[in-house]
Amino acid sequence: MSPAPVIEAHAVSKRYRLPRQKLFGSRTEIRALDTVDLTVAGGVSYGIVGESGSGKSTLARLIVGLERADAGSVEVLGRRLAGDPRALDGAAQMVFQDPYGSLDPRARVAAIVGEPLWRLPDREERRRRAAAAMAAVGLGAAELDKYPHEFSGGQRQRIAIARALVTDPQILVADEPVSALDVSIRAQVLNLLRDLGMARRLTSVVISHDLAVILYLCGRVAVMHRGRIVEEGPAALLDRPVHPYTIALRDAVPRLEPGRRRHRTERAAAAPEELLNGKAGCAYRARCPRAVPRCAVERPPLTEHAPDHRAACHNPG
Amino acid sequence: MSFRRHANLALGGALVGMVVAAALLSLFWTPGSATAIAIGQKLQPPSPAHWLGTDHFGRDEASMLMVGARSSIAVGIVAVAIGLGLGVAVGLYAAARRGWTEEVLMRGSDVLFAFPAILGAVMMTAILGPGAVNAIVAIGLYNVPVFARLSRAAAAQLWQRDFVRAARLAGKGAVRISLGHVLPNIAAILIVQATIAFATAILAEAALSYLGLGTQPPQPSWGRMLNEAQTYLYQAPALAIFPGAAIALAVLGLNLLGDGLRDLLDPRLARLR
Amino acid sequence: MALLDIAGLSVTLPSAAGPAAALRGIDLSVAAGECLGIVGESGSGKTMTALAVMGLLPEGAHAAGRAVFDGADLLTLDDAALCRLRGRRIAMVFQEPMTALNPLQRIGDQVAEPLRQHRGLGRRAAREEALALLERVGIPEPRARLGSYPHQLSGGQRQRAMIAAALACGPNLLIADEPTTALDVTVQSQILDLLVELVEERGMALILISHDLAVIAETCDRAVVLYGGLAVESGPVATLLCRPAHPYTRALLAALPQPAAGARLSPTAGSVPQIGGFPAGCPFADRCPIAEERCWRERPPRSEIDAQHEAACHRLDAARTLPARPGPAR
Repeated sequence: MSPAPVIEAHAVSKRYRLPRQKLFGSRTEIRALDTVDLTVAGGVSYGIVGESGSGKSTLARLIVGLERADAGSVEVLGRRLAGDPRALDGAAQMVFQDPYGSLDPRARVAAIVGEPLWRLPDREERRRRAAAAMAAVGLGAAELDKYPHEFSGGQRQRIAIARALVTDPQILVADEPVSALDVSIRAQVLNLLRDLGMARRLTSVVISHDLAVILYLCGRVAVMHRGRIVEEGPAALLDRPVHPYTIALRDAVPRLEPGRRRHRTERAAAAPEELLNGKAGCAYRARCPRAVPRCAVERPPLTEHAPDHRAACHNPG
Repeated sequence: MSFRRHANLALGGALVGMVVAAALLSLFWTPGSATAIAIGQKLQPPSPAHWLGTDHFGRDEASMLMVGARSSIAVGIVAVAIGLGLGVAVGLYAAARRGWTEEVLMRGSDVLFAFPAILGAVMMTAILGPGAVNAIVAIGLYNVPVFARLSRAAAAQLWQRDFVRAARLAGKGAVRISLGHVLPNIAAILIVQATIAFATAILAEAALSYLGLGTQPPQPSWGRMLNEAQTYLYQAPALAIFPGAAIALAVLGLNLLGDGLRDLLDPRLARLR
Repeated sequence: MALLDIAGLSVTLPSAAGPAAALRGIDLSVAAGECLGIVGESGSGKTMTALAVMGLLPEGAHAAGRAVFDGADLLTLDDAALCRLRGRRIAMVFQEPMTALNPLQRIGDQVAEPLRQHRGLGRRAAREEALALLERVGIPEPRARLGSYPHQLSGGQRQRAMIAAALACGPNLLIADEPTTALDVTVQSQILDLLVELVEERGMALILISHDLAVIAETCDRAVVLYGGLAVESGPVATLLCRPAHPYTRALLAALPQPAAGARLSPTAGSVPQIGGFPAGCPFADRCPIAEERCWRERPPRSEIDAQHEAACHRLDAARTLPARPGPAR
């Protein structure tokens, strides 16, 4: 396990532009990522937590080279990425969220799992390695000749994981790997990811909105909100967060505590969901119970709050 | 495969099958002669010698219908093939490249699409000269934007799918992905559109022949048969009814077939999703 | 006094291979002011339960059994009678607000529609009341939002709008089918809080359907666990969490990643049975660690364990030894 950083993103920004509403009108911009820094060391399992619009999936796609940053740099395994996944030679692979959309419905499993090996001229070799990958995820070689629709959601996700492992990658990015699966199936896939990550010394990046999944799989975590990292550090910080957004997130997650909501003595004030799109200041200030005047003026930098625990807040809790 | 659920498919398939069968059969055998002129036999009603009668030149109506089917089908198939081949290539390319390439290609398609197809075909054959080949070119050209738009829209959606992202991650380039992943998944939509385009092509060929711009004599053509039957409408209305019915049935059959195929392929696609 | 009393409810759906059983005889009841949870994964039949009660089953589906609401059996009512009840005394909130709201109709009109239909209010009165409802459900700038279309609202706001429309006529029973599954966690929390507040304010009965056991635990008083079209366990949520009786409930609890870091999850092998593929005996037999020959043959009868706590299992005693929490750390 080398301590050298395997993934390094510096000041990365990415925006998407929506189609014009009027013929000569301006195009609305969505800031998917706003000056994000990320460093992942080799062998570490890194989690990225965020809700919709946080930019976590965009960041994941940048890391594997599927998209290009508008500003800043992304370096993975020493190579600079610019929107072309071929630069990595299969060293980074990805598992996607939707087990129904991530497998080509018209292709057999053998072709799907063997796809990353398409440059290999030897068909037998490709099939052998595909079968080995399938075995690693607990599926037999007999399944190779079937079509995706013959499998359940959990099995399809395993096939997707097999495909991601077939090139023996160093980096595995999992974008919401279990969100679309039935609850009783999630544990199977979570254990699989955990075991494989440890056995193969993978550097993994796990994207999820589910704090429990991140805590189960990851050693470090970054919390994202509206395209920015608001808190970063060991995964355990999710139990004692400092940034108001992380605190709100942790409190909002439902717990197996009977009556916690039903018999609540005090309720948090219903905060509006509208968010000001102002360029300056903290992106969370409209909903933040701890906002101070400074929050509207100056964007809080990620500062070290405790050893190895950073938060981007002027008034952390 | 119950009949009720697939009535469109069955009926459409039967009608189209009949037309195709008649066309194929005419290569080897026809009841009489489609081209031999026998003025003495002109305008005969249906009889054992001439099952559907004769036209104003004494030619056997039934034979002319069968051979005419050949023209319609030949023109239809080749024209649709041109439209499909070129149009899908343009559409796939546009969807893969995005940006300005996509804009330019699609707006160009739109311009071509804006011309009324049959009028455009008339104009083209007027410029290029009458004849079956030019009719094919003209009709084919007007099919290109139809398939370009359709394939681009369907392909653009597929490029957003995760399995295409996975293929990109595997290092595959746009061409390989377009052919290996996108095309198989839009094939069903294209097939359905192709049957409908075929129906339109048959109509267009008939219109061109009616105007004298399509298939030239002595090769029979349903459209020209209609034209020639006009003069004798009161003496022998059947001469107009037969080719008209043939065109109508062929077009109806293809439309039903297209509907049936769409119903057959769509739910399966939805389930495979 | 139960407001809604369901007994032996079964639903079959049309399929290419004949009628497929989606729900196979479930019982449940809910009283005014009470929150009942229905927990289940995909294919468990939870949505079918709601649709059967509302009379909204798809074409070709059949419902059998009894669903008595305030003295009348909903399953035997004709369309006209059902229409009078729906929206007025029983209302439903769906998972996907974008498909449940009419994308071509303004929010204000959609919320006002039940008011005009059931209570006969005129346009202006309905509009004022719709405004009050939008305010109550916490939509910011409600007056402006009256004229907005659904696509102009965020996911959470659309869900609030749907709740407003459901509440318009002051129903006695609100059925919420996965109302927050498509929403962000922070928004989910607000919506669930809203539902609980409304129940207390109006003395409504709430049936909350979810696959998320934690959501049910926090929000409901009692719950029914569905699996394979059957109710495998039911009882007060505290009991279900502390003393789960059925192997499936225990397996579900053992498989949920909990913030107690390090504990290894005990997954249950196999997959969830889908509609049309339910086995003859206990639906959980294939995946149950203590299943014996009888479990595949016979459907287990319901046994009463405690007051209000029931489970359908042949081997309840053995089930107590199964893990119901994630195991020790590796």
